[in-house]
Amino acid sequence: MRFTLPLALLLTVPAVAGAAGNPGRPGMVRLPEGSIGRMYTMVGDTTTRQRVQGFWIDRDPVTRGGFLVFVRANPQWRRSTVAGVYAQAATYLRDWRDDLDSGNARARNLPVTWVSWHAAQAFCRDRGLRLPTLAEWEYAAAADETRHDASRDPRFMQHLISLYAQRGRTAVAPRALVPNAWGIRGLHEYGWEWVDDYNSTLVSDDSRGVGGRDVDAVCASAAIGATNPTNYPAFLRAAVRAGLDGNGGMASLGFRCATS
Amino acid sequence: MSSAREAKSRSVFSRTVVVVPLTVVATFLLLTAARGITGSSGARPSVPVRELPDVKGVETATLTSAPLVPAPLNRDYATKVVVELETTEIVRRLADGVDYTFWTFGDAVPGKFIRVREGDLVEFKLTNSKTSGVPHNIDLHAVTGPGGGAAVTLTLPGGSSSFSFRALNPGLYIYHCAVSPVPMHVANGMYGLIFVEPKEGLPVVDHEFYILQSEFYAKAGKPGEPHTLDMERGIDENPTHVVFNGSVGALTGDNAPTVRVGESVRLFVGNGGPNLSSSFHVIGEVFDHVYGEGGSEITQRNVQTTMIPAGGSAIVEFRAEVPGTLVLVDHAIFRAFNKGAIGMIKVLGDEQPAVFKQLEGIGKTNH
Ligand SMILES: [Cu+2]
Repeated sequence: MRFTLPLALLLTVPAVAGAAGNPGRPGMVRLPEGSIGRMYTMVGDTTTRQRVQGFWIDRDPVTRGGFLVFVRANPQWRRSTVAGVYAQAATYLRDWRDDLDSGNARARNLPVTWVSWHAAQAFCRDRGLRLPTLAEWEYAAAADETRHDASRDPRFMQHLISLYAQRGRTAVAPRALVPNAWGIRGLHEYGWEWVDDYNSTLVSDDSRGVGGRDVDAVCASAAIGATNPTNYPAFLRAAVRAGLDGNGGMASLGFRCATS
Repeated sequence: MSSAREAKSRSVFSRTVVVVPLTVVATFLLLTAARGITGSSGARPSVPVRELPDVKGVETATLTSAPLVPAPLNRDYATKVVVELETTEIVRRLADGVDYTFWTFGDAVPGKFIRVREGDLVEFKLTNSKTSGVPHNIDLHAVTGPGGGAAVTLTLPGGSSSFSFRALNPGLYIYHCAVSPVPMHVANGMYGLIFVEPKEGLPVVDHEFYILQSEFYAKAGKPGEPHTLDMERGIDENPTHVVFNGSVGALTGDNAPTVRVGESVRLFVGNGGPNLSSSFHVIGEVFDHVYGEGGSEITQRNVQTTMIPAGGSAIVEFRAEVPGTLVLVDHAIFRAFNKGAIGMIKVLGDEQPAVFKQLEGIGKTNH
């Protein structure tokens, strides 16, 4: 089992870079071009950095209320009608009360979860957007409240570990969360988010003992060749992505949209 | 190895990969290579590397939480054993005033004890609670096959996976979660023991107990929130707690098992780590027998302290000779005195002055 894995995590950005909202794209934040560190170096390519073009990304995750609007307008994405290849009946919107009942007002302000990758992608497309790439997402998510790149700060890593280890994810609406240094909210507090190329890592479920650089991010050997083996949150995210199927979903998996 | 990829392409919710045939073939190839046996003309015989017993019937394994051990199997044939375990993430007491977010096998730390017989075909089903936040899998050290099962059991919250394996080697084995970052899953409590009973069984004893040592690296959360893994402490191998059976006090006071003078006791002892080896000792006893490193043979008699590596085990046996309280410790003694590595077994019955008797002094015979 040999897999190549350009998963990326650590980043540097121009120190002057600033994110800003834009009247043309309400609710979105512009991130400038930068580079992110690869989780692993690769055979034949030992560069540790990967460029990320500037892009727009939603300030907040898509809420149940937002998804309800989409489902209303697009009946093929309702729970009772969606095709199984796009969303498994057993998981898709399983915590909704009905096709068009996503819960009370409080619930409607929380991120929508139990959505498939296909559904998330369709939602974004409907808005003329797309899902963020893995690199874009990691680039955005490496920021803590004050710094664009906190991925080498043990305190930030510890903060994320504690967040990820919590059984009950946060139940406050995104608008009540403190934004990160880019002005983006809720990237970590609710669990996980779909990215466009979630399966690009082609990881196996376990490949300890494989050795070398072409290891995956899932198991004990995951640290071999990793550029930052103390970035446990990154390994956790990689393990989640490795287990995902495009038509699956889970309670702690939401999404937000992006565009170039 | 393609089976893992195929599994990946199927639904997360119905992965079934049979590992045994691959395993047998791989083992055969390895062994023949190691012995320099090349075969006569290139064509390798497709016979299994060892004689496998016929599998008769189906049983569902009885799983127990520490300190209990499932009863001896008393079977003289191999069967298909169905084992079902659920991974969960729960908040529970680690020590007084310290609640911790445990990740578990079977809602228990250590995970449920599994007992099968040598030669059994084990059909293992792993489910991950839909309330979990992260994926889990299982690596059973008793498994001969890719990742000890981990290669085919990555299971998302709300999902399940299954595989089968043949219990080829008798002995006492650790199982644990092996999803990256593995240290975090193990440090949060994801380990337990599986005993592959030798086909001839073990000698009958009066009591069997399940003891597992492990350590925790607890970091306080915000007020009202549970502790979680302190990563720096983990890397520094500097635990806040070293415990038997998942929490400080899990084997003391009212939680201490009770036996009677004259009874024989077998301890299945595991060490989940994640980092520390255990200098396992029972104050006031001598191990009559030690099955070193959890293997299937008695390797030493009359042992004071046996070393149990992280991710390893030992089986120890003794007879309770005098009444009192036996104290289980990691004899790396700061761990016992300051970090919680203490357990107890109470021995009830009449004094045995011929064996032990206080002559003069202020101490009490109760340790
Ligand atoms: Cu786990």
